[in-house]
Amino acid sequence: MKKYAPFLLLFILIIFPLVIQNSYYQHLMILVLMWVVIGSGWNMIAGYTGQVSFGDAAFFGTGAYTAGLIASKLGLSAWWGMAFGGFTAMAVAFPFGWICFRLRGAYFALASLALNEICRHIATIWEDLTEGMVGILIMPSFLSKIPYYYIALALAVMSVLMVQIVMNSKWGYYFLSIREDQDAAESLGINTHHYKMISLNIAAFLTGMAGSLFMNYMGFIDPEVVFSLHDISIMAILVGIVGGVGTIYGPVVGAFVMVAVHEFFRTGFFGFFKGLAALTGSEHLTVAAKYIGQAHVLGFGILVVVVILVLPNGIVGDWGKIIRKVIPMKTKGVTT
Amino acid sequence: MIIFKVENLVKYFGGLAAVNNVSFEVQKGEIFGLIGPNGSGKTTIFNLISSYFPVTSGRIYFKDQDITAFKTHKICKAGIGRTFQVVKPLGRLSVLDNVIAAAFARVQTKHEARDLALETLEFCGLAHRKEILAKSLPIGERKRLEITRAMATKPELLLLDETAAGLNPSELDTAIDLILKIQDRGVTIIIVEHIMKVIMTISDRIHAINFGQTIAHGSPEEVANDPAVIEAYLGEEYAHR
Ligand SMILES: Nc1ncnc2c1ncn2[C@@H]1O[C@H](COP(=O)(O)OP(=O)(O)OP(=O)(O)O)[C@@H](O)[C@H]1O
Ligand SMILES: [Mg+2]
Repeated sequence: MKKYAPFLLLFILIIFPLVIQNSYYQHLMILVLMWVVIGSGWNMIAGYTGQVSFGDAAFFGTGAYTAGLIASKLGLSAWWGMAFGGFTAMAVAFPFGWICFRLRGAYFALASLALNEICRHIATIWEDLTEGMVGILIMPSFLSKIPYYYIALALAVMSVLMVQIVMNSKWGYYFLSIREDQDAAESLGINTHHYKMISLNIAAFLTGMAGSLFMNYMGFIDPEVVFSLHDISIMAILVGIVGGVGTIYGPVVGAFVMVAVHEFFRTGFFGFFKGLAALTGSEHLTVAAKYIGQAHVLGFGILVVVVILVLPNGIVGDWGKIIRKVIPMKTKGVTT
Repeated sequence: MIIFKVENLVKYFGGLAAVNNVSFEVQKGEIFGLIGPNGSGKTTIFNLISSYFPVTSGRIYFKDQDITAFKTHKICKAGIGRTFQVVKPLGRLSVLDNVIAAAFARVQTKHEARDLALETLEFCGLAHRKEILAKSLPIGERKRLEITRAMATKPELLLLDETAAGLNPSELDTAIDLILKIQDRGVTIIIVEHIMKVIMTISDRIHAINFGQTIAHGSPEEVANDPAVIEAYLGEEYAHR
């Protein structure tokens, strides 16, 4: 059963837009697939290699702007961004990792946070290139969501496969060794700096690709959107930890859950508060409804705490535990 | 044939000379004992050899090559394996995966690495534990995992830092057997050990240090009867009896 689950999931994902023609749900699924890509990248560097990144938006935004600028400055199709976005994100990751991986511990996490902010400021200030806060608007290539959906699906499948292949190779073993103990890793002949660089660049590549996809799909970007600390960088961390750090399918599950949660907050509990406000005519509720949409960062924070307390290994990592809780009968008398 | 030597090794931590002008040579294929009381600088010498920190001065040679400036991972690749006194298992990986990670120092594919790891686990007597997470091994087997992992990197010189400490008598015997088996494979060994039964029975030659300085060297009998060594271990009054 477990062995076939990925194929079943893939099959469902392939037929999804043909069965569900509601464009809102298709939109959400495209976002889910995009987050699978980003989550897989974050999982590579943070989950498997133990170098927690707080700045994924730096790579995401770079990928997005690559696509946007190819369209706005060169007049080419923004889809060229899909070919280059991953590499420009690597071009950001490379010097960053080169410097920061010389330091151990929390430095990388803090520096990645700084990188996020530096990129956002550059994109805001360098108006000649990026149009600053005005952002970049391109004409969408397709009216239907279905082409975007399948491109996103292909990218997501590629990401998951890539992680799976890497983690089954020498690189994967080296990443895990670095996560577990850097001194031990070095003593086993592992050039920790070199392999951290590889891991980071894989992560940056995937995240940059996702950024390019985002530009093509949404048709509009500005620095606040694609270099957003909470909507991209923190969201990436959440996708990683909710699904399960250091598991292949963790980011897949995490992407579903987090896009749903994000949407839940964004719409003010799916319009619940707005409805309630309209029903009761209460002014306080109207105000509350407005702010709840913006307070999703707070909701994220609470969610992190709950996940870490209840499911420290994420949904995939603690699957056995969840099953045992939900179906206590099944495992009664079995000591584990 | 001399396979390894250190010349005038010095390491200062702030004002403290943890290692002060130590020199020795190791013959290919021998078991070379390095002894000294607590805090005398034995682990520091290992850390200098494997380049965990730079030497203050002095030189280190392996197979006629100056390896003083090599990075830690290069030392391993050059053929020097080590264990840690304070064990460093890759905790959330299985015992097998720990050893596979090490085996990749010598082979490229997963398949070859797995074969090498299984063979090494068998050789070191840890094969029956291969599926267990490294962090859930008891201390005796963690020490054995340290040796297994180092062996999977196919070293020509193996540095063992108190791999027998904390073992019960029967574990101690298997540990001694294993070390002799490793020597039989042609691996040269430098061993740091407090347990005299171990160091005296298996070492071909012994080098004794105290406060970072050489106090004696020679055969196990010579070193055991050396007044400076007796004094360092038991205090001055015993030295003259
Ligand atoms: N990283 C370090 N920073 C500062 N001082 C250190 C460091 N490592 C070791 N020392 C000091 O150097 C001296 C030698 O320590 P070392 O660990 O080499 O002794 P040892 O002979 O291995 O002792 P033991 O038998 O207890 O393992 C000690 O005084 C120790 O406190
Ligand atoms: Mg020591």
